[in-house]
Amino acid sequence: MSAPVKQVATGDRAILPEGAKTIPIFVMGKRYEVPETLTIMKAMEYAGFKFLRGAGCRGGICGACPTVYRREGDYKLYFGLACQTVVEPNMYLAQIPFYPANRAVYDIEKIEPVADAIHALYPELFRCVACNNCTKACPMHVEVLDYISAIKQGDIARAARISFDCIQCGMCASRCMGELPQYHIAQLVRRIYGKYIQPKAEHLQKRVTQIESGRYDKALDELQKMDHARLEKIYKEREREPDMVPLGAWMPKDTQYL
Amino acid sequence: MKVSYYPGCTLKTKAKNLEDAAVSSMAALGVDFQELQRWNCCGAVHSLADDDLIHHVAPVRDLVRAMDQGSRQVVTLCSMCYNTLARANLLMRNDEVKRKTINDFMSEETDYHGEVEVVHFLNFLRDTVGWDTLRSRVKASLNGMKVASYYGCTLVRPADVAIEPAGGGKVMNEFIDALGGSPVDFAASTVCCGSYQILAHPEAALEVIGRIIESASSAGAEALILSCPLCEYNLAKKQAELVSSGKISKKLPVYYFTQLLAIALGLGPEASRLDLNEAGSVEFLKAKNFPVESGARA
Amino acid sequence: MLPETAPVRACGLVYPARALTEPLCFLNVKGKRKNMPIEISEKTIKHEFIEKVSQLSGQDIFKCFQCGTCGGACPMSGQMETLPRRIMRMAQLGMEENVSGSETSFTCASCHTCSANCPRGIDLARVMEAVRLLTLRKNVNKINPSKVPAETVRELPQIALVSCFRKLTS
Ligand code: SF4
Ligand code: SF4
Ligand code: SF4
Ligand code: SF4
Ligand code: FES
Repeated sequence: MSAPVKQVATGDRAILPEGAKTIPIFVMGKRYEVPETLTIMKAMEYAGFKFLRGAGCRGGICGACPTVYRREGDYKLYFGLACQTVVEPNMYLAQIPFYPANRAVYDIEKIEPVADAIHALYPELFRCVACNNCTKACPMHVEVLDYISAIKQGDIARAARISFDCIQCGMCASRCMGELPQYHIAQLVRRIYGKYIQPKAEHLQKRVTQIESGRYDKALDELQKMDHARLEKIYKEREREPDMVPLGAWMPKDTQYL
Repeated sequence: MKVSYYPGCTLKTKAKNLEDAAVSSMAALGVDFQELQRWNCCGAVHSLADDDLIHHVAPVRDLVRAMDQGSRQVVTLCSMCYNTLARANLLMRNDEVKRKTINDFMSEETDYHGEVEVVHFLNFLRDTVGWDTLRSRVKASLNGMKVASYYGCTLVRPADVAIEPAGGGKVMNEFIDALGGSPVDFAASTVCCGSYQILAHPEAALEVIGRIIESASSAGAEALILSCPLCEYNLAKKQAELVSSGKISKKLPVYYFTQLLAIALGLGPEASRLDLNEAGSVEFLKAKNFPVESGARA
Repeated sequence: MLPETAPVRACGLVYPARALTEPLCFLNVKGKRKNMPIEISEKTIKHEFIEKVSQLSGQDIFKCFQCGTCGGACPMSGQMETLPRRIMRMAQLGMEENVSGSETSFTCASCHTCSANCPRGIDLARVMEAVRLLTLRKNVNKINPSKVPAETVRELPQIALVSCFRKLTS
């Protein structure tokens, strides 16, 4: 058996500090030597990949970079976000930036906020076999099977709560026995929950009305016309709430915008 | 007394009446029915193929949840849930090889060997509450109402999970009797209602549904009780269609057995939840002066 | 696994009289039960099919002696393309296309009435499941969840959808 060819990092990429340790990883079956401690995303860029898809926020919240990997000598599949997961020696990985999943068309203004309406848009819900592959695949540790169960049981509030951390990466759907588009269903559920079920934040509504009625237009205009130096000055001098003040104990001196 | 119970998806929505009536009736008898803290769909049907283990995972996961929360017994109301959970439980008890494969697949859960007992609510009433206790707590007797017991398939087949030994057909009759009703025997009480074929082959299902209703009516039943939301859909919600196609001559009121329980215990409409039944079924009880509508407590 | 002798038994050695004198009155033409002579020979018998049905169902399908009790008890038999007994006979004879091509297993409601009544102790509901699965496992759906009308989905209890999709989709 011949040893795998060692890919050496060259060109317009992060420069490896003297003596830095590298580890081998396998991206889509090909071996690369990358610095340890990098995230998968940075390691792939280091190895010469350029992301056109599969990267977005780089902060673990957009769901663009889900990655599936295996560890040496372990049958199990692991899932992580490329921008958040640190490389390990001999990991085999592939990114799955997009996974095709059925997405129903609906008008959120017209939809009836009841479970039946969700069931009718996504009848494949009832093909779930509770294999739990979805939960095992979720890089955000969302209990996917539990929210799918809650949706089947018609508990919209519970499903919205359980699925709250979902970032729509699609890993659950990629592993689903029943071919469900879990994350799209959950998004519909949260939309319905937010629009029709969750109590409205009245203070927010009040402020939106104030904004819409032009209460801040003058102040914003002034800010826009300001020169850079003045802007910087007032930014630095702005009043700030001190850390850890008890609720309601602090008030700014200038209250004209409250 | 605290008792764990597994409701099943349908009891949380379309068959809320089956659930609410049972839970309130038990509360009235001092039994605290506690829903499992975490559960998923039971799968509704047992997989029958020798190599198909993945479809046993759903009910087994529910049994693991029950075990994990410390329940030794789990009571079910829906017949389909009962059948699926009980059969999965037997499989996990009796088949060492399959048990291991299923436990290995569910490596994220506690290993399960059939520790939990799956009990249908009818048997719970018979064995734990007892017919005599029940009889003594009846406040509004069914007063000789002629009630047919419809078991369907899943309470009686296959024999190893049947709620009674073969040739039984007693427990529901005893239940009706305890509530002061007169049980009506009829030939089709264990004939399948067509089950899920109401979706795929409705003509075939409707034919047999018609036969069941006619069989109960001609045996003199004034009402029919059952314990499965799919049977209820087929036997109650489809009656209008059957009358107009001439498959049945007249409608027959249909209830979940728990609803008659709640009514006989003297509980109000918020317990019996007749609001989810067909109009004719509500009218029938109303004519007998049972409190079936909000604000109309007799 | 079936014993080595199974194919020979399937050739009709077990039921020679029947196989010859009832020249196979169980073919179906366009939904009608119609008697049609068919030829059975070592060439037409799909041994692998017999083996798969036996393995998946865990039943000895050769135990069936064609009494017809199953179909008599079956609530769905009135609308079945082929009677359950005939499915059994065709399965014994390895008539894969006829068995798999029949809608019967997809009309079965898995009610176990046949199983409860079979004098030979065959769990026919399992045979039906095996036959169904051999088709479904070719990635065939007998009902398309996406095509069920929204109104029907809204109306049906969840257990109806779950059970129907489990039995009739791949
Ligand atoms: S629930 Fe699915 S889409 Fe959402 S974060 Fe988890 S795996 Fe990704
Ligand atoms: S992966 Fe699909 S079938 Fe499996 S539990 Fe999740 S939703 Fe259900
Ligand atoms: S009842 Fe049993 S023996 Fe009789 S035809 Fe059916 S499967 Fe064969
Ligand atoms: S299990 Fe299927 S074939 Fe057997 S009696 Fe029921 S519907 Fe008929
Ligand atoms: S790039 Fe947005 S989550 Fe990784």
